[in-house]
Amino acid sequence: MNKKRIVALGIAAMMLFGAFALTGCGSTQDSGDGVDGTTGELTGAINVEGSDTLVNVAGAWAEAFMTENPGVMVSVKGGGSGTGIAALINGTVDFADASRGIKDEEIEQAEAVGVTPVEHKVAIDGIAVVVNPANDVEDLTMEQLGKIYRGEITNWSEVGGADQAIVLLSRDSSSGTYEYFKEEVVAAEDENAEYAASAKLLPSNQAIADEVAANDGAIGYIGLGYLTDTVKVIAVDGVKASIETAMDGSYAISRYLYMYSNGELSGVMQAYMDWILGSDGQQIVADEGFVPLQ
Amino acid sequence: MAARSDSTRLRVLGRTATRRATEAVVRAIVFACGWLAIVILAAIALFLFTNALRSLDEVGLTTMLSGTAWYPTSNNAQFGFLPLIVGSLFVTTVALAVSVPLGIGAAVYLAEFAHDTAREVAKTVVEFMAAVPSVVYGLIGVAVLIPWVRVTFALDSGMTALTGGIVLGVMSIPTVLSISEDALHAVPDSLRQGSLALGNTRWQTVHKVVLPAASSGIFAAVMLGLGRAIGETMAVLMLTGNAAVMPTSVFESVRTMTGTIAAEMGEVVRKGLHYSALFSAGLVLFAITFIINLAADLVLERQRKRWRR
Repeated sequence: MNKKRIVALGIAAMMLFGAFALTGCGSTQDSGDGVDGTTGELTGAINVEGSDTLVNVAGAWAEAFMTENPGVMVSVKGGGSGTGIAALINGTVDFADASRGIKDEEIEQAEAVGVTPVEHKVAIDGIAVVVNPANDVEDLTMEQLGKIYRGEITNWSEVGGADQAIVLLSRDSSSGTYEYFKEEVVAAEDENAEYAASAKLLPSNQAIADEVAANDGAIGYIGLGYLTDTVKVIAVDGVKASIETAMDGSYAISRYLYMYSNGELSGVMQAYMDWILGSDGQQIVADEGFVPLQ
Repeated sequence: MAARSDSTRLRVLGRTATRRATEAVVRAIVFACGWLAIVILAAIALFLFTNALRSLDEVGLTTMLSGTAWYPTSNNAQFGFLPLIVGSLFVTTVALAVSVPLGIGAAVYLAEFAHDTAREVAKTVVEFMAAVPSVVYGLIGVAVLIPWVRVTFALDSGMTALTGGIVLGVMSIPTVLSISEDALHAVPDSLRQGSLALGNTRWQTVHKVVLPAASSGIFAAVMLGLGRAIGETMAVLMLTGNAAVMPTSVFESVRTMTGTIAAEMGEVVRKGLHYSALFSAGLVLFAITFIINLAADLVLERQRKRWRR
C-alpha cells in the first residue's frame, strides 16, 4: 500500500510540475518553394494535405503530374479539411485540400501569422440521394427531402412508398458534406433547423452506401463516385443526380471542392494548378467519380 | 610474494569499482525509464487540459457534462456530453455482459480443469484475438452482426448499442481472461488441496474456495476489461450508428465519446471552440479510464499482498 501511495503522490507531483514546465510547441517550416529551372523544365516539391473526400483525386493528380514532370515531387496526405487548413496556416504545406469553404475563424488565425489563404475551386462533388433498390419511391421534392431529414416525415408511406419506418443516414457532423446538405436541404427554409436527432451519422460515404444496400428502409446521401448497382438514386425535384446533370446545373445538390494556397501562386505551384484546372486534371476528376468544372 | 598479493588486491578492487559504476549507470537508466512513463502520462493530461481550456472557459464543464444536445456545427452550437457519456455507458455495459461471463468462464476452465495442451492452444488463440486490429472486428461486425441484429430483433436498423457492445465484448475477452487466469493461478495450491481433502468435489472447490480467494484479481480483470471497452474507438464508430440522441434502450443507435472525437477531429477548425470541446471530451474520457485503471491496480495489489506470505 505504501509504495502505491508514493507512486500516486509522484504522479500528482509530476502533473503539477508538468503544468509549469511544459509550453505549447509550435513548428515553423519553410514550404518547399517551387523554382522554374532555367532549362524550362519544372522542378520543385509540392506538399498537399487535407480533405479525405479529395484525397484519391489529389493522389491521382500528383501521380499523373509527376509522370509528366519528373523534376517535380508532389506529396499528398489526407486527414481532413481542418487538418489541411491548419497545416497551411502553420506553413508546413503548400496546398490544403478542403471539402468545405475556409471558415472566418481560420482566416483570422491565418492572417495573425501572416498567411493569406487563396481559394481555388478544383472540382464539383455531386451528392446523390440514395435508397435501397427494394424501395418503391422514385422521386422526392426538395421540400419532402427536407422534412424527412428534419424528422417531420418518418414513414415511407407518407411519400408514396410502403408502410415502413424511414431510417435516416447522414455523414458525420463535422464533414463538409454534412454541413452542405444541412444548408441546402435540412435548413433551406429555416436556418436554425437541425437534422433529426435520430439520424445515424456514419463516418464515410462507403458506410452509408453499404447500409443503404443492406437496409430496405434506409435513405442516405453519398458522393457520385460511390454509386453502385446496390443502391437506387432518387430523383430530387424530378432530376436524377449524375455527372451530366450536376455539370449543367439542373441537379441542385452539388458543391465545390477547394484547394487553398498561401498567397497568389507562382512557379511550379502555378503550373500545377493550371494543369489541375486543365483538361488532363479535370479528366482525372471525372475518372475518380467527381464532376469536372467544365 | 607480498607485493604480488597487493597488486592482485588492487586489481580486484579496481574491478569492483568499475562494476559499481556500471551498476549505478544502469540503475539510473532503468530508474529514468520507470519515471518516463509517469512523465508521459502527465504530459498527456496536461496537453488535453491546455487544449480543452477554451471550451472549459467559454462553455463550462458542468454545462457540457449536463447538456443533452450535441450539435457542434450548428449556428447555435451546443456541446452536451450527456448523450455521448450515456452512449459509452450503454455500449460498455453490453460489452461487459459479453466479456465477463465468457472471459471468467474460460479462465476457470483453463486454470482449473484444462489439460496442458488445451491450455497452451487456448492461450495462443487468445493472444491472437488480442492482436487482431479493431478495424477488422469492425468490418466483421458490419458484414455479419449489423444485419443479424436487425433481423433477429426486428429493428429498423442494425446499428445499435447492442451491436457495438457485442463486438467490444468479444474484443475485451482476452483482457478479462488473461488477468482472471493469473488471479486464479495466484491462489495457493494448499487451499485447493485442503478443500479436496475435506471431501469437496473439484467444482465445489472452484466455486466455494478458489473463486472467492481470487475475487479481487477477477474484479481487477473486469475493471481492466471495462477500461479496454470504454476506450475502444474504431469498431464502435463503424457499428453503433453514432446518432447523438439520449438512448433509452440498447436497441437504439448511440454515439460514444471516442467515436465522436475520432470522427470530428480531422475536420474542425484548429483551436476553435468545437476543437476545444473535443479535447474536453477527451479529458473526461481520460479521467474515467484513469480512475478505472487505478482502482483495478489497487485491488490487484491487495490480492498480491494477500498471497505473498
